[in-house]
Amino acid sequence: MASKAADVIGTQPLLPQPWVVSEVTRETDDVVTLTMDPGSGAAPMVFRPGQFNMLYAFGVGEVPISISGDPAHEAQLIHTLRAVGFVTRALCALQPGDLIGVRGPYGSHWPIEQHAGRDIVLVAGGIGLAPLRPAIYHILSHRDRYGEVALLYGARKPDELLFPDEFDAWRKAGIQVEITVDNADACWEGRVGVVTTLIRHGRFERTAASAFMCGPEVMMRFAAQELENQGVTPDKVFVSMERNMKCAIGLCGHCQLGPEFICTDGAVFALPRVQRLMTIREL
Amino acid sequence: MGPKRDASAFILPVARLDELFAALRSRGYACVGPTVRDAAIVYGDIEHSADLPRGWTDDHAPGSYRIKRRSDNAYFGYVVGPHAWKKYLFTPERRLWQLQRAGAKWERTDPPVEVQKYAFIGVRACEIAALQIQDRIFTGGQFVEPNYAATRREVFVVSVNCTQSASTCFCVSMDTGPEVRGGSDLTLTEILQPEHCFVVRADSERGDEVLASLDLDCARSEHSHAAAVGVDHARRQSRRLETAGLKDLLRRNSESPQWQDIASRCLSCANCTLACPTCFCSSVEDVSDLSGDHAERWQRWDSCFNPDFSYMHGGEVRRTTAARYRQWMTHKLSTWFDQFGSSGCVGCGRCISWCPVGIDITEEARKMREAEGVQS
Ligand SMILES: Cc1cc2nc3c(=O)[nH]c(=O)nc-3n(C[C@H](O)[C@H](O)[C@H](O)COP(=O)(O)OP(=O)(O)OC[C@H]3O[C@@H](n4cnc5c(N)ncnc54)[C@H](O)[C@@H]3O)c2cc1C
Ligand code: SF4
Ligand code: SF4
Ligand code: FES
Repeated sequence: MASKAADVIGTQPLLPQPWVVSEVTRETDDVVTLTMDPGSGAAPMVFRPGQFNMLYAFGVGEVPISISGDPAHEAQLIHTLRAVGFVTRALCALQPGDLIGVRGPYGSHWPIEQHAGRDIVLVAGGIGLAPLRPAIYHILSHRDRYGEVALLYGARKPDELLFPDEFDAWRKAGIQVEITVDNADACWEGRVGVVTTLIRHGRFERTAASAFMCGPEVMMRFAAQELENQGVTPDKVFVSMERNMKCAIGLCGHCQLGPEFICTDGAVFALPRVQRLMTIREL
Repeated sequence: MGPKRDASAFILPVARLDELFAALRSRGYACVGPTVRDAAIVYGDIEHSADLPRGWTDDHAPGSYRIKRRSDNAYFGYVVGPHAWKKYLFTPERRLWQLQRAGAKWERTDPPVEVQKYAFIGVRACEIAALQIQDRIFTGGQFVEPNYAATRREVFVVSVNCTQSASTCFCVSMDTGPEVRGGSDLTLTEILQPEHCFVVRADSERGDEVLASLDLDCARSEHSHAAAVGVDHARRQSRRLETAGLKDLLRRNSESPQWQDIASRCLSCANCTLACPTCFCSSVEDVSDLSGDHAERWQRWDSCFNPDFSYMHGGEVRRTTAARYRQWMTHKLSTWFDQFGSSGCVGCGRCISWCPVGIDITEEARKMREAEGVQS
């Protein structure tokens, strides 16, 4: 009685495609950037800044990881990930030539194109700079479409800063790059403190700016408050949310945040949609 | 002039019930339905009428379920059992794919989308509502679950109108029963007077075709009357869930002290979510064999009561039972509307009967409403 119905129903949405790791860049002690090319059977991936993929380490597991590369370069896929557990450790241990399973891209994106003509503030905490980097690349390629652009970035320690080699290029393109760390020894000449404190140093028109934020939920909550205090209205603020994810296609239920499915409704949300939810403990 | 007849309702004598199953089988359907196993009425394969729970009924109360003998030979004289039809469509466990590593290549074996052609025998009105809710989840969104979609499309629904309710039933409050209204191919009402038989109605073209092949007599008005009386009897339910404003009530009360009160009783065992006909959550497990070159991914039912469900690097988001119960109840009665345009509860009462400590969703909702009234 069992018969094949693939013809009528379409394809299974949960199958990982093989990609080949072409380059492994160690960013910090526990953060690695993987560059990969499509393996046999996998097609180049068109994606929007802020979207994520499910990355699979053979036999170990699969996790959601944002794309950190340039959306204009679809032949290559770039992800930056921190080794925090089983799967991410296995992924960070991959070597050039190894295969990695990829399915995606999933989720919403930074509405960067819709906010052309405005000033842009990017607020990043820790690994949160990785999901924002495609938006930065987009701005660099279309610099004349945006007014003032400020990147406000906080890391725990100076040696945990991601992509420091690129800061100069970004500054040359007229992006204000402000950095702070939570803890530093005497050699550090930059700012110390939480990323929220950078907002007042941002050179952008408060009432003409759109903000994109990615980082720990508490950080985003405080930063959203500070932005609002300074005159950036919540409807111009966008945040990338994070929850456990198993399917990434709205079917497994894991990523629910109140009424939202973070995998399909997000991960990028306009702040008003999640602002109340972010204040509810253990939601 | 003969007795009054109902041109759309027919009579299936008890002695001809097996002809219905034979007609379905000859059309390629595997019949599945209620059967007695391990002191419960569960869904399994039905070859003939003798497999049905003839002469059995069930007693329900918060935290308790028991089957017992009836004084008659009714086939569908029980209410609901611990199983839901979802197990046939959204299977409790399923292999998603297999990978074989050969040198620098992966060979992926994609599972075929398997269509099982089922006839569901004895589907209740609330269960049809639950099937329709899961249809929206698995086939109504951006991504379609192909196995669910393929099997569901073929299902032949033989529904049964309820003629009795359990003390745990509240389908009337949820407007999902006890009478079948749509979503069925053939609808039966079992009556014991004037004689033990089934009043049958076709509700789809497929149903029409099967019904015509059985060549049954039209129902007389006393049959139709007896069926209506039976359904009216089932409509008398003592359990109620006040649904007016319920969605917003729960939305407003995410920080209510009531959640702590419930958590002091809830064992976080996940029974309610597994028994619930609408719960759809699943997890996946990745495995590999000893050689390390063969890997598989399995999907299994999961529950928001499992600690791991909300695990993120650094710990569980919902650490407390209060947060987990809040997720379950708020999802069922509130956020489900935002996500799928309806309540996530159809009022079948399973979560009440199969809760080991008898937590009752209707009672908890009532207390939430009361507590708010007191505060404001
Ligand atoms: C939309 C999205 C984008 C993300 N982008 C990035 C990124 O660009 N770079 C990066 O380093 N990390 C990112 N993360 C976080 C990353 O997914 C987790 O660090 C990762 O899942 C941890 O898995 P693990 O097995 O290594 O950890 P373990 O602690 O061993 O986790 C076990 C399992 O729990 C689940 N889990 C644990 N933590 C998380 C988590 N934070 N989010 C979701 N599921 C989790 C996973 O299913 C995992 O397999 C992102 C998360 C989301 C939701
Ligand atoms: S109540 Fe829990 S298990 Fe059921 S669908 Fe909602 S989140 Fe999933
Ligand atoms: S929440 Fe309870 S009563 Fe409602 S559909 Fe689920 S099991 Fe039935
Ligand atoms: S990750 Fe499965 S529903 Fe969002």
